[in-house]
Amino acid sequence: MGDASEFSFPVRGVLKAYRWRRIDPIPWTPLRKPLAEATVAVVSTAGLVLPDQAPFDESILGGDSSFRVIGGQTDIATLIDTHRSRSFDHAGIRSDPNLAFPLDRVREMAAEQRIGSVSKNHLSFMGSIPAPGRLMRHSAPVAAQHLVDCGVDVALLVPV
Amino acid sequence: MCNQTVCLIAAELERRGITTVCLMLLREVAEKVRPPRALFVPFPHGYPLGKPNDPGTQRRVVEAALALTEMDSMAPLLVDL
Repeated sequence: MGDASEFSFPVRGVLKAYRWRRIDPIPWTPLRKPLAEATVAVVSTAGLVLPDQAPFDESILGGDSSFRVIGGQTDIATLIDTHRSRSFDHAGIRSDPNLAFPLDRVREMAAEQRIGSVSKNHLSFMGSIPAPGRLMRHSAPVAAQHLVDCGVDVALLVPV
Repeated sequence: MCNQTVCLIAAELERRGITTVCLMLLREVAEKVRPPRALFVPFPHGYPLGKPNDPGTQRRVVEAALALTEMDSMAPLLVDL
């Protein structure tokens, strides 16, 4: 649990040889208001899409770096798993998308005034992106601007 | 790869003035990629918040992650659940 031993031998080999990117310098934005006043967004890389959205494209060799906007009023049970990886068990997120897109939990915290509010929009990526150049140059900056426009103070990022 | 992907997105959000916290399923990836704030969770891939249809555990993970945003710290911040 929580380490590479859960993967098959070939996948472990790929992970061992992979050139992981290193964030340097590490950007740091301190929270400038109490969490109880902050607007929170969820950003998940579980490859979840709404029924009327295109699935993530699993044919792109270096990974589909696009993202989908998930509205804050979305019924989380309607999200569809389109993540291309066969390296993890998909049964959990198909049974309960909150497992990787915890919008209902964030809503609960807003209702209890533990956070200020839930962002009007949230973001869904498909995290199997071994060649992340386009993600870093294009998709992530566009995604960041979208959340800035939504007035987001805090983003909770969830891999799968 | 999902672990690296959330880190890279988080870095861009931080550059734009958004405070972030990443859940991490592989501690060694968090140590190599170095997201600003991360909560390492002891769950297998596919189950980043623990169990499906278990709001209590999911809530505990979300609460623990968001609590890191209020910590007076320096980057990188990596905490075990």
